Amino acid sequence: MANVFTPGLQVIASTVVEKERTLPIPGRLMVKPGERVRAEQVIAETEIPNDIQTINVMNLLSISAKEIHRFMMKKEGDAVQANEPIAQSKPILGIKFFQTIVRAPFDGTVERISDVTGQVLIRKPPRRISIMAFVDGTVKSVREGLGATIECPCTFIQGIFGIGGETYGELCAVSKDPSAVVNESDIKEEYAGKILIGGSNISYRVFKKAMDVGVKGVIVGGFSAKDLKAVLGYELGVAVTGDEDIPTTLIVTEGFGRMAMAKRTFDLLLKNNGRRASISGHTQIRAGVMRPEIIIHFSGDEAAKAMPHATKAESGIMLGDETRIIREPYFGRLGTLIELPPDLTQIETESHVRIMKVKLSDTGEVVTVPRANVERIEV
Amino acid sequence: MEEKELNVIIATDCGSTTTKAILIEKNEKGEYRQTFRGEAPTTVEEPYNDVTRGVLNSLQEVEELSGRKILDGDKIIHPARGKVGVDIYISTSSAGGGLQMLVAGAVKAMTAESAQRAALGAGAIVMDVLASNDGRLPHQKIARIRSLRPDMILLSGGTDGGTVTHVVELAEFIAAADPRPRLGHTYTLPVIYAGNTAAQENIRKVLGKKTTLYVTDNIRPTLERENLFPARQKIQDLFMEHVMAQAPGYGKLKEWVEVSIMPTPGAVGYLIHAVAEEEHINVMGVDIGGATTDIFSDFDGIFNRTVSANLGMSYSISNVLAEAGLDNVLRWVPFDMDEDDLANRIKNKMIRPTTIPHTKNELIIEQALAREALRLAFEQHKLLAVGLKGVQRIRSVSDTFTQTASGETLVDMMKLNLFIGSGGILSHAPRRSQAMMMMIDSFQPLGFTRLAVDSIFMMPHLGVLASVNKAAAKEVFEKDCLIPLGTCVAPKGAAKPGAPCLHVKIHIHSGDKAKPPVTESIPVGEIRLYPMTLEEKAEVEVTPTRRFDVGAGFGRTVKKVVQGGRVGLVVDTRGRPLTFPDNVAQRRKMICGWYQSFKVYD
Repeated sequence: MANVFTPGLQVIASTVVEKERTLPIPGRLMVKPGERVRAEQVIAETEIPNDIQTINVMNLLSISAKEIHRFMMKKEGDAVQANEPIAQSKPILGIKFFQTIVRAPFDGTVERISDVTGQVLIRKPPRRISIMAFVDGTVKSVREGLGATIECPCTFIQGIFGIGGETYGELCAVSKDPSAVVNESDIKEEYAGKILIGGSNISYRVFKKAMDVGVKGVIVGGFSAKDLKAVLGYELGVAVTGDEDIPTTLIVTEGFGRMAMAKRTFDLLLKNNGRRASISGHTQIRAGVMRPEIIIHFSGDEAAKAMPHATKAESGIMLGDETRIIREPYFGRLGTLIELPPDLTQIETESHVRIMKVKLSDTGEVVTVPRANVERIEV
Repeated sequence: MEEKELNVIIATDCGSTTTKAILIEKNEKGEYRQTFRGEAPTTVEEPYNDVTRGVLNSLQEVEELSGRKILDGDKIIHPARGKVGVDIYISTSSAGGGLQMLVAGAVKAMTAESAQRAALGAGAIVMDVLASNDGRLPHQKIARIRSLRPDMILLSGGTDGGTVTHVVELAEFIAAADPRPRLGHTYTLPVIYAGNTAAQENIRKVLGKKTTLYVTDNIRPTLERENLFPARQKIQDLFMEHVMAQAPGYGKLKEWVEVSIMPTPGAVGYLIHAVAEEEHINVMGVDIGGATTDIFSDFDGIFNRTVSANLGMSYSISNVLAEAGLDNVLRWVPFDMDEDDLANRIKNKMIRPTTIPHTKNELIIEQALAREALRLAFEQHKLLAVGLKGVQRIRSVSDTFTQTASGETLVDMMKLNLFIGSGGILSHAPRRSQAMMMMIDSFQPLGFTRLAVDSIFMMPHLGVLASVNKAAAKEVFEKDCLIPLGTCVAPKGAAKPGAPCLHVKIHIHSGDKAKPPVTESIPVGEIRLYPMTLEEKAEVEVTPTRRFDVGAGFGRTVKKVVQGGRVGLVVDTRGRPLTFPDNVAQRRKMICGWYQSFKVYD
């Protein structure tokens, strides 16, 4: 039978991640295999076609579309400068005062002169875009003209949801325990440029202060839906994030509401307090799931000992696995899987579903939950 | 296509998360029946990157359950001999995001709308509709075309011999944007031109080199006529040739199937249209999924489909809340609920979309959200399933008073005969009465309407089967796919709650035995259930008061024989549209009463 379970989020103390960094269209690669790179280093760049503007020359000169070439002063492919004449009408009675001149709105290139619509299309000079390494590491392989794969020995932690893009900074714990709420007094001016580690929640007001202070990122167990709306200025409909225009990246490790950060995650972050990390809030919960990431770079011996983590996703969930319940009425509770009955079981909703029995870590109580509502804690 | 003699059929639907296989066999009585079903996760993404892995896994499950040997290694055994092999393998697909299209037309309410209908009818998700008069500036249109990465573009514009400049201008925008296809770096984007024939040469000049251009018949040759079939056919062909050929593993899958892989919604639409045509009835269908909700309608032979791309029960559940608003969701919830808590729960479902309700209250909340998702998707459907706009009509005096115009919606709930629900929240509702009530609350049928649900989501499989063997598809559809829920009788009209609404006589027959007839008057504001089994029939006579109409006119009696179902006969006098008291306590009391009458939650 197909495995019915949700693969858990990865919380791995030592691993080697590979980050594929590629340009959207071919360009210039700036690194070689084996080269050491820093997270902020540009590894490839390219130029992408820029905005285009249409000019209705036919109307401006009061001519027909078919006549347009007779009045153009530039050809397709010609470079133009801002305010430079590109087309002009014939002077009336030889008096230039009555002549209409059409000028280029900006520096660019004449892309098309249409004798059907009478329009001229001018494109701005190409825009340069570059991609950075995102992690400290070594170039493992390259795709000529497109990008490279960077290998990075690190501690790797996935969040469940995030907003804001890629950033880098030093980890700085502001909560002493995973159930603590981040308060306004916890955010200090000297935290500018740092990535803060919180406990169970941060409110909009406190997060705003972090943004104002110049904090690079906040990692916290829970965040309320109402506060998310306040940060974004709109109700988020579909969990595709990462391009928000906010100065501080937010990574939520457990879910919406006030939720204590899983102890394992919190302890691992605390252990790395003061170290340099790369984080990304990019989340995409559709086919091709993408979760926010925290990558804490290794160096020296630690880096040499790190080995790629073998995921157990293929093997399915097994008795004895550590699990997290991800739906009410036990949302957020951790426990150990003790029984996987094969038959369908009727639950409170009257649905007949596959279930599992989990012994809760905090109380020792054994609870029955649908398999779909449990995720394995990846170790 | 000539109908093929088939005894054993295996069909798959490669969905975005699950690949579902069904086995259909001809039994000793000569009937086609769906016998076994298997499913496995879809494998179009890392680490597998090959859709056929998921197909093989789902077929293996069918093998294990049925005892029929279907696979020889990675090959499907043909033809069937005894308990080995199958006669045909067919498939549909919506994996990897389905078919995503951009459509463009000269005038928003005319050719652009026709292009949208053509794309939707072929099973596409329409990412945007561009038109010369859509209010966007040229550079905004170009930026939009460039930012989207569609699988293909449908360009239309102008009636034959009509405007050339507008459609050429749109072609110039497309050329300037130089859009890149979503899948595959090595092929150029397919563009279908289905506009003014007089502009074809100009379009070739503008787009011929930058895109892979196909020219088909104009979808709007005259204002009075819409000709969607050639463009739809071309879209489906290109879906196979270009889009699917770029998706991982589809090259192999294409060689396994005996007829073209159809986009999943295209196959469902084909089936719904076939049912409407066969039985000469008006049919509607809805498929509510995790990310999207599709609605299909076939009224008087005119088929329409819409897809509400961000209304769904898991990935898009938070968008349902955003679009419907908290109050509209809470109006269906009969218990006290903290608004912040509800918003957090919905967002938690969004980020962990595969979870299911464990408690009764969580089920009620999800079904409340489903009602709103269905209602919003239906609103969108009514806006697009309209008569042709821009048609010149001669108005009579009565038209002037009633303000009828071209572009009226074709959806007339009073004329609807059969409504089919599909998708997890409807097909897998713990009680069938819950599915029936969600459909009634959201779509608010009028007159006499039969309701049914798709038992295990096999309409896509049967849609593609219908293109090979219509009889087999029809037989399985009736016997195994459709689960009749019953009939809803609802009058049109309005009056205060408690006012007289209608008088009903119900005489239920079970084979030769007749149950004692029920005769009662039902006031406004109620919903009553008369349980009937699948085998039972009832003679129903409804006499509305003069303010209400059940199909024959205000105050006129209607007599009909209705078939039973898993739920029964429902008489709904709550009025249309449904209204709710502002007072929270009164509202809760009212909906508790509805739920109790319908026995949905106890």
